[in-house]
Amino acid sequence: MSTSTPPALRTRSGATAAAFLRQARTGLLLLLAATLVCGLLYPLALVAAGRLVPGRADGQLVRHDGRVVGSALLGQSFEGAQWFQPRPSVAGEGYDPLASGASNLGPSSAELLATVQQRRAEVAARDGVAPADVAPEALTASGSGLDPDVSPELARQQVQRVARERGLDEAAVAALVEEHVQGRQWGFLGEPRVNVLQLNLALERLAGRG
Amino acid sequence: MPALDDTTAGLLQIGLLVVLLAAVHVPLGDFLARTLTSPRHLRAERALYRVLRVDGDADTRWPTYAVSVLAFSTVSILFLYTFLRLQRFLPLSLGMPAMEATQAWNTAVSFTANTNWQSYSGEAAVGHLVQMAGLAVQNFVSAAVGLSVAIALVRGLVRAGTGTIGNFWVDLTRSTLRVLLPMAVVAAVLLLLCGVVQNLSGATAHTTLAGGTQTVVGGPIASQEAVKLLGTNGGGFFNANSAHPFENPTPLSNLLQVFLILVIPSSLPRTFGTLVGDTRQGLAVLSVMGGIFAVSLALTTWAEVHAGGAVPQAVGAAVEGKETRFGEWASALFATATTSTSTGAVNSFHDSYTALGGGVVLFNVLLGEVTPGGVGSGLYGILVLAVIAVFVGGLMVGRTPEYLGKKIRQREITLAALYLLATPFALLSGTAIALSSEATRSALLNSGPHGLTELMYGFASAANNNGSAFAGLGANTPFYNTALGLAMWIGRFVPMVLVIALAGAFARQRPAAPTAGTLPTRTPTFAGLHATVVVVVTGLTFFPALALGPLAEALSGAAS
Repeated sequence: MSTSTPPALRTRSGATAAAFLRQARTGLLLLLAATLVCGLLYPLALVAAGRLVPGRADGQLVRHDGRVVGSALLGQSFEGAQWFQPRPSVAGEGYDPLASGASNLGPSSAELLATVQQRRAEVAARDGVAPADVAPEALTASGSGLDPDVSPELARQQVQRVARERGLDEAAVAALVEEHVQGRQWGFLGEPRVNVLQLNLALERLAGRG
Repeated sequence: MPALDDTTAGLLQIGLLVVLLAAVHVPLGDFLARTLTSPRHLRAERALYRVLRVDGDADTRWPTYAVSVLAFSTVSILFLYTFLRLQRFLPLSLGMPAMEATQAWNTAVSFTANTNWQSYSGEAAVGHLVQMAGLAVQNFVSAAVGLSVAIALVRGLVRAGTGTIGNFWVDLTRSTLRVLLPMAVVAAVLLLLCGVVQNLSGATAHTTLAGGTQTVVGGPIASQEAVKLLGTNGGGFFNANSAHPFENPTPLSNLLQVFLILVIPSSLPRTFGTLVGDTRQGLAVLSVMGGIFAVSLALTTWAEVHAGGAVPQAVGAAVEGKETRFGEWASALFATATTSTSTGAVNSFHDSYTALGGGVVLFNVLLGEVTPGGVGSGLYGILVLAVIAVFVGGLMVGRTPEYLGKKIRQREITLAALYLLATPFALLSGTAIALSSEATRSALLNSGPHGLTELMYGFASAANNNGSAFAGLGANTPFYNTALGLAMWIGRFVPMVLVIALAGAFARQRPAAPTAGTLPTRTPTFAGLHATVVVVVTGLTFFPALALGPLAEALSGAAS
């Protein structure tokens, strides 16, 4: 503090600093108490509660042939035309849970526009449909990059290709898709959808039977 | 039952939300009023106050209250900063290294200021212990600070000539222990039942069905989600926030999340009405919040469903950055709720919204988040705007400006006006500084008007303590970490101290009896004036910047 400060002000600011430090001590103790209760007891009690519903608390892990192949909640990449394909993903190299996220490209982005046009051409060729008929979800990346679902339209669009690649009856594959269409939750929440991992698992079982 | 069309289903979803919020409005609002003003302490609280050496029955004047808020928040920033810097020496770190200094500053301020701007990515930068015992603790206490200050302002309006506005430590303790913690426990259990993950798993690699490899990370997510939303914090466990299926797995969990965001802020007007002894005053405030919210939700939903703009037109729908299970309606609803409060959680990525939809959610943030706003900050924000409205109304009709019997004199209107200027100052000067250099402009992902919106959204989100982003902004650089950290600090604590000072000024006054010259503040006419002031003040402050950003983009419609 400079020597020109009037004595009265010096005392007052000194008192304010002392009050601040006293309050900071109280604050630190309260913060430590909150850390104990809200930061440890609360989440750990919930972890314990989660053990009562392990399937849900662990992210609905899915098994196939006795091994975990992923989570029903998370999309994954399917290499090969014999699989139903999920949406494009920009999470890492695609469907990487260590790098969740979206493209963040805007509605007038030339880069995104070019990507969309390229995807339209590729998906139309892949699924043998008219470019104008490609479902919007096949042209866009989701918010999480881990979207487990596609729209029913996008699943139906892939039936012919998957049946052909696997040598399966097209009607049987189409029926499988319809079995896996989840309507809106409670009839009005969210959107109708198809879980791609569950559909592909059923496809494996169908192929195994056939 | 035949499948519903999108519009009917979307409207039913909104209808259910409104019914749920209406059902808890009175009981929760009155519970908050009772809990935060009761003279009785719980036994655990008395024990805590002994350790803290706090006299739980002592009332303080506004300077002491303000010093307590600042002291607590300073300690919180330092504590969290240290935690983030030392995380690799702590258990459950999952091998994460120490956070870089400017990013740790940014994160520490962000969570203390109830902003939850995240320049880091959850799954890549922080371990479970930091999430639980560092970040989530601030999710509780920063919201509790907001609630405390709001109650202090209401006390100022109610008290007659005492000059005291309550005891910060008591308010903080009760808000955390009696309000947020029990509500969070219930919310976390419900989220867990919806399928939100809750364990302490680290990264586990699986061979996928098609023979690839995928590494899945769990964590104590449901407990963190609950308070992230209830406290209008918004910081996601993962980078993708509530778009991530582990945070928000189903349309039902999504509706529950929107409810949790809105439940405390929308009940606080009832708390206010009950405490001032006239519930119609609370209804008038609620109608302002609800009216603006409804218009904003309608515009955003319309824009996203209508899918204007080069890319949405080429795709045939505005679904870039949106999850299949939510679609346009549930995404627009979440976006409106998160930006109308100070939450900033996202279930879809606002940067990829249509120009109009993205512009409207930005406008919600710019309004100062008072419709219904953050926990506590929404109520004190709307009450400051009511003071402005009373003043403007008084000037127009030549009546004495007074609110609830308290006169709006020079000191009161000065504090209110400074409150209105603090946030735009941090926001617009930050945006201008960032625009002025090539080095900082290069952090923008998008160019042209959309790039300006992206940058302005960043500073708006920080200064208004929202925390959502037009996430194309590459904000993890020393400049943005430091500047946005400053914007968050200024945007939180300067207005807060001004509100506390205003509470003190009101508390010193004895209420004047209403006369024929008093402007009634519980009428629809006044609510209309109040809403107009909210929109016009923001509109005039930000119109030039909005014209160059989202408006220019919406009008041109061309790709750039």
